[in-house]
Amino acid sequence: MKEILIISGKGGAGKTSLCAAFAVLAGKSVLVDCDVDASDLHLLLKPEVRETHPFFAGLLPEIGKEGCTRCGKCMDVCRFGAVGADRAGFPVIDENACEGCGVCASHCPAEVIHMKPRSCGEWYESETARGTMFHAKLWPGGENSGKLVAEIRRAARACAGNSGADRILLDGPPGIGCPVISAMTGVDLAVIVTEPTVSGFHDLDRTVRLARQFEVECAVILNKADLNREVAGRVRSYCEEKELRFLGEIPFDPLFSQALREGKTLADYPDSAPGRKIAELWRAVE
Amino acid sequence: MNIAIASGKGGTGKTTVSLALAETLGSRARLLDCDVEEPNCHLFLDAEPIRREEVQISVPEFDRERCTDCGACARVCNFHAIAALGKKKILFFPELCHSCGGCLPACPSGAIREVMHRIGRLEFRRAAGFELVTGVVDVGYPMAVPVIRDLKKQALSDKTNLFDSPPGTACPMVATVRGADYVLLVTEPTPFGLHDLELACDTLEALNLRCGVIVNRADGHGGEVENFCRGRDIPILMEIPFSRKIAEGYSSGKRLLECAPELKLEFERLLAEIGVK
Repeated sequence: MKEILIISGKGGAGKTSLCAAFAVLAGKSVLVDCDVDASDLHLLLKPEVRETHPFFAGLLPEIGKEGCTRCGKCMDVCRFGAVGADRAGFPVIDENACEGCGVCASHCPAEVIHMKPRSCGEWYESETARGTMFHAKLWPGGENSGKLVAEIRRAARACAGNSGADRILLDGPPGIGCPVISAMTGVDLAVIVTEPTVSGFHDLDRTVRLARQFEVECAVILNKADLNREVAGRVRSYCEEKELRFLGEIPFDPLFSQALREGKTLADYPDSAPGRKIAELWRAVE
Repeated sequence: MNIAIASGKGGTGKTTVSLALAETLGSRARLLDCDVEEPNCHLFLDAEPIRREEVQISVPEFDRERCTDCGACARVCNFHAIAALGKKKILFFPELCHSCGGCLPACPSGAIREVMHRIGRLEFRRAAGFELVTGVVDVGYPMAVPVIRDLKKQALSDKTNLFDSPPGTACPMVATVRGADYVLLVTEPTPFGLHDLELACDTLEALNLRCGVIVNRADGHGGEVENFCRGRDIPILMEIPFSRKIAEGYSSGKRLLECAPELKLEFERLLAEIGVK
């Protein structure tokens, strides 16, 4: 069983469009949307949710007013500015600032603060026409996105093992932070989608450096390739210099937006130029 | 005044808008690039940093002489950053540490003190008439929030501070928009853009922040975005037309107002509309 991650560093480079098209071309696969705070893959693959699972991670203090002496110790010791006071001087937790360290609870002389598991979102096991899909929703401003990614990847692996699927396709989040690291560790190949812009090129380099730290093999696809020939050339030389497999390129094409609007993937237009190109790229990925 | 520029979806034009606003405001602006995982604003300015500062967090350091192997530090750490393996062998993982300081008082033998640990840097530039401060998290360090928090301390009370946010709606975005007087949400007229705009609006509503929308790459397909905004009573403040010329300029590192200087008037109007003097 192989795990293939589509990633980019920069947002809007075309990860989800490509991942959805690959899902159509791949045949029997398990699909995972690792972009847990702004997931979009479901808009193209239209999953039917079969199971919903709660996601608890980290802790949140619960303050009992009974017994609280309003001494203010919890406010003093919190390093995140997450404990304020109401009008009567009782402590109030700002959930968006709290990181769940528990220092307030361990310092409370009245012992009225208790740490409780924190609900951070939920994840879903769904059916699509292209295979079982695992996706999630982190609550707005949620923490622990990396853990949520790890949890849906675990479920996807179990599912692939049981169903005999020979491949897991993962749509990655942007950036290089914890959810990206969590999506990247242990995959067989990270396909980095980039674009010939100064931002795309800059973010490609940081993504490659991250992948190398985690010893993940990567390959590059250049999207919107004809937007800037000079920067496109720099991306290609960079790949050569870093000994990165260059899988190919896709020209800038309004079909990307049109397909999105029609709720289709690029693979649903097999006779179009981008459709043919994507079939070629998928053979290269395989 | 503090204005955050956010979007939900990546690649909608946050950086493009941030730079255009900064250029419009000129010396009245200070732009803080809070997308510290993939900061891009500086790529559009022909200027080397005039100053760099390290971003550090405080982490525990263990005195093996004093350690009695009790394991209290590991038990109190909710982030599993400390593993006590016995025989005074303590494993510490700085990339998991949140700098809460909880382990210090937990140690009965006073064997823990705090030291500084580098996680990134700030870069200061001046170009195109305004100041830019960029946060950069070191590759491999998983948490953006401490760098964003440090960066936001560079906001100046006598300037209009512009916070260019990372994509998404998770903790790095929230850390960026907190404390903003107004949030500009940049979207594009596609189902992805609209879906993530909704998520971003939900997040801002939970944070009780005022917002308005800028539609980028407007191509006559913006009906659903308009309906959504009307339904939520969120103003659409501006449209930036879809143009291959702008996209090509962006690709080579040209700012929006270099490619389409006529839009400056639009940005002036927008700033006046949201109350920036």
